[in-house]
Amino acid sequence: MNITPGDPARALLGVSAPQADVDALNHQLGYDLPFFQKYVNYVKRMVVDHDFGLSYFTKQSVFNEIWPRYLVTIRLAFLGVFLAALLGVPLGIYAAVKQYSLWDTIPSIMAFLIAAIPAFVLGMLLLFIFSLKLNLLPSYGINSVKSYIMPALAISIPPAAMNLRFTKSSMLESIRQDYVRTARAKGAAESVVIWKHALKNALLPVITNIGLSLGSLICGAVVAEKLFSIPGIGSLIVDRIAYKDEPVIIAGTILIAICFTIVMLIVDLIYAYIDPRIRAKYARTKG
Amino acid sequence: MGDVILDIRDLTVVYKTDLETVEAVNGVDLRIGKGKTMGLVGETGAGKTTTALSILRLLPSNTGRVLKGSIAFGGIDVLALDEKKMRDIRGDRIAMVFQDPMTSLNPVMTIGEQIAEALVLHNDGLGKEDIEGRVEEMLSMVGILPSRKNEYPHQFSGGMKQRVVIAMALACEPELLIADEPTTALDVTIQAQVLLMIKELRNRLGTSMLMITHNLGIVAKICDDVAVMYAEEVVESGTVEDLFFGDRHHPYTEGLFGSLPNLSSRAKRLVPIPGLMPDPSNLPEGCAFEERCGKRMDICKNLHPATATSGTHSLRCHLFNGGPER
Amino acid sequence: MEMSVTAAKQDAIVFKKQSQAKEIWRRFKKSKGAVAGLCIFATIILGLAFADLIAPYELATKQHLADKLASPSSAHWLGTDAFGRDLFARIVHGGRTSLTIALLATMSSCILGSALGAIAGFFGGRTDSIIMRALDIFMSIPDILFTMAVVFALGAGFTNLLIALTLAYFTNYVRLVRSQVLNLAELDYVEAARAGGSSSLRIIVSHILPNAMGVIIVNTTLNVAKIILYESTLSFLGLGMPPPAPEWGLLIADAREYMRNAPYLMFFPALAIVLSACSINLIGDGLRDALDPHLKS
Repeated sequence: MNITPGDPARALLGVSAPQADVDALNHQLGYDLPFFQKYVNYVKRMVVDHDFGLSYFTKQSVFNEIWPRYLVTIRLAFLGVFLAALLGVPLGIYAAVKQYSLWDTIPSIMAFLIAAIPAFVLGMLLLFIFSLKLNLLPSYGINSVKSYIMPALAISIPPAAMNLRFTKSSMLESIRQDYVRTARAKGAAESVVIWKHALKNALLPVITNIGLSLGSLICGAVVAEKLFSIPGIGSLIVDRIAYKDEPVIIAGTILIAICFTIVMLIVDLIYAYIDPRIRAKYARTKG
Repeated sequence: MGDVILDIRDLTVVYKTDLETVEAVNGVDLRIGKGKTMGLVGETGAGKTTTALSILRLLPSNTGRVLKGSIAFGGIDVLALDEKKMRDIRGDRIAMVFQDPMTSLNPVMTIGEQIAEALVLHNDGLGKEDIEGRVEEMLSMVGILPSRKNEYPHQFSGGMKQRVVIAMALACEPELLIADEPTTALDVTIQAQVLLMIKELRNRLGTSMLMITHNLGIVAKICDDVAVMYAEEVVESGTVEDLFFGDRHHPYTEGLFGSLPNLSSRAKRLVPIPGLMPDPSNLPEGCAFEERCGKRMDICKNLHPATATSGTHSLRCHLFNGGPER
Repeated sequence: MEMSVTAAKQDAIVFKKQSQAKEIWRRFKKSKGAVAGLCIFATIILGLAFADLIAPYELATKQHLADKLASPSSAHWLGTDAFGRDLFARIVHGGRTSLTIALLATMSSCILGSALGAIAGFFGGRTDSIIMRALDIFMSIPDILFTMAVVFALGAGFTNLLIALTLAYFTNYVRLVRSQVLNLAELDYVEAARAGGSSSLRIIVSHILPNAMGVIIVNTTLNVAKIILYESTLSFLGLGMPPPAPEWGLLIADAREYMRNAPYLMFFPALAIVLSACSINLIGDGLRDALDPHLKS
C-alpha cells in the first residue's frame, strides 16, 4: 500500500485524461509497480464510473464524507491566501519605499520573528488569548463567520511574513532598475516613479510567489483543522492514515492535488496576462 | 561665441558611504554654447556620467553629494532649484539618453505609452489625440513605424530600443540633450546609423548637446567642442579643431590619440597608455596623471596643476603653465 | 589563524582560502544580530550536548504522578507535565531529538539535492531534462501531502521521518546548485581547465563547488530552521516522531489539554522552538551578508 508521487501523474494529466496515458507516464517514470495496480484501478473507477467507493473505516460513501470537508478546507486555504497577501504585500511595498525608516524596521523585525514561529504555535497562542482569556472567539468548529477568524489568521500570518520580505526585496530591486532612472530623467514625480514603474515590475515575481505559497498554506490548513477542530479534509486524511483507510486517503489526496494544480495554472495565466514578455512567448508557440 | 546654454563652474561631487568618501568630480568647468555639441571624453570612471547626472540632479540621493560649484542652465542655477521646478526641467528643457538601451525601457509598458509619458508630464493642456499624434511623429522621426507604438520593448532590437529612448528624450524638444555613451552598447554597424540619426535630429531641432563618449571617432563626427576628463577633472578642453589639429596637448590626450589603431600605418603593436587611473578614493597630491606620464617633471608629483587657457584651448598641465602658445 | 607567506602555489591557495575565511568572519562579526544568533545557538547546542548532565534522562521520562502539573519552581525549573515529568528535562531531551533530526535531514537533503543539481547542470542535455521533469513533479505536490503519503506508506518513526523530510526539502538545492553550475560552467576558466585536460569530476569538485559553496551554505543554514519548524509541525499532527519521544512538537500537542491550568506546558516548548529557529535564521542571514556584501542594499 503505497501512495508515492504517482498521483501527480494523474493530477498533471487531468482527471479526464485517458488511462493509457497515465499508465504510460507512470511506466515511464518507473512507478508502475505491482502494488500500484490497486491504486490505478481505484483511480480508474473514480474517473470512469465516478465512483469514489466506500470508506474502509466507516463503510460510508467516500464522496459524501470528503466533499463537504473538502470545501471547508478550500475555503480556509483561500481565505488564508488572501489574508496573507493583504497583510504582507502592502507592508512589504511600504517597507521598500520607506527603507530604513520605522515602516521598514518594525515590520521587518516582526516578519523575522514570525518566520521562526510554526503555524501551530501561532494558532495555540491565538486560542489562548482570544478563546481562553478573552473569550472572544469560538475555539472549535465552523459554526459561524467568527469561527473562521482565528484559523484564518493562524495560517495566514506566517506566509504574510514571507510575502512581506519577498515583496520588499522585489520592490527594492525594481527601484534600482535603469528604467526607473529613465522615468526620473523624464521629470516624473517620485511617487509616480514608484507606483507606476517600479511596482508593476516588482509584483510579477510576488504573484508567482503567492501562488507557490499555497502549498504551505494547505499545510497550515491541515494544522489549523487539527488545532481548531475544524472538519476539513486535511485532518480527515491525517486521521485515517492510522487506519489505513485507502479510499479516503487516495480520494482526498487527489482532490487536494487537483486544486493545487488548478491554482498553479491560474497563477501562470495571471502572470502571462500581466507580463507582456511571457504573453509573447505563448503567442509565438500558438501561431 | 554666442550664448552659453550650460555653464558649469568648479563642480565638485562626492559619493559618501559609511566606509569611505569617493571623489567623483573634482573642480570641473564646462561651457556649452547654444546649439553647440560638446563632447566629454574620458575613460570609465573619470567622472563623466556623474557630471551628467549632476546637471539633472539625478545623483543617488543617499550617497551622492555636490560639495561645491555651480551649474547654470539658461541662466538658472540648477543646484538651487526646488525639486518640483527641477522636475519641470527634466525631460522638458534638459533630456538625457542613457547608455544601455536594453534596460532603460520599462518592460511592461508599450513604447508609445512611455513616449507619451514624457509629453503628458510637461504639457498639461494637450488632448489625447494631440499626444498620440506627437508620439507617432516622434517615432517616424527616429525611423520607427508609427504603427508599432503599441508594442513592447522586448519586441525591438537594441538599436531600435535606443531610437525609442531618443524619441522619448526629444519628445518635448529640449534645449539640451545629454547623451551618455548612447551608442556604446550597440553593434558597430548600428552605432553609425544611430549616430547619424542623432546628428540629423540635432541639426533639425537646433538642440544643444552634451555627448559623453570614450570614442574619439564619435567626437570627430559630431562635436563642436571637446573636454577631456581624467581622474575626475577636466585636463584639456577646446574646440574640435584645437584638439585634433592643435600642436599642444595634455600628455593624456596625446596618449589617447596615440593608442588608436591606425589602418594606414603598419605598426606591430598598439600603444596603450601604461598603468591605470588612480583610485578615486585615494587621489595623489600632485597631478593625477603623473605616474603614467612620459613627460613628467619633479613639480608634477607635488603640485596640482592649474588650468591655463589660451583662446578656446585650455590645458591643465605643468608643461603649459605659461599657457599653450599658438 | 596564521598567515602562510611562502611562494609555493599550494601555500598560496591556502593563503587565499584562509584570508577569505578571515574576511568572511570579519564581515560576519559586524552584524550584531548574527553574532547574537551564534551565541544563542551555541548555548543551545552546548546545553543539548551535555543534556544528561543538566537534566538526567530519567526526569524526562519517569512518571512521578505525585508531582503532576506543578508550576515552575526551584525543584522543577519549568514545572512538570501531566505525568509528573520535569518539563525542563523533557525540553532538553526533546531538543536533542528535534535538532538531530533537523541537522541530519538538512545534510541529507543538501547532499541529495546538490548532487542532482550538479549533475543536471553540468551534463545538461537529456540528463538535465529528465532530472528537471522529475523535479517538477516533485515540486507540484505541496509538501504536506507528500509527507502524509510517505508516512502512510512507511509508517511513523525516526528513519521514515528523515526520509520524508529529505524528500520534501531536497528540491530547492537542485534548482540552486543547477543554476550555479550553469552560470559557472560557462566561465572561461572552466573551459580552460577542460582544455588543460581536467576530468569532469575534477572540474566540478575543484572549480565549481567552491564557488557554489557560499550559496549552498547560506541555504542550508536557513533550511535547518525551516526543517525544525516543519518537523515539529509534523509531530504535532501525529505524523512525526511517535510518543513518548520528548519531541517539541509532541510536547506542545500534549499541552493542549492543559492550556487552562498549565499554560506553561505550552509556552516553554514553543519558546524553545522559536529561539532555535530565530538564532539559526540570524546566523543564516549573517552568513549571507558576510559572503556577499553586495547583496545587501
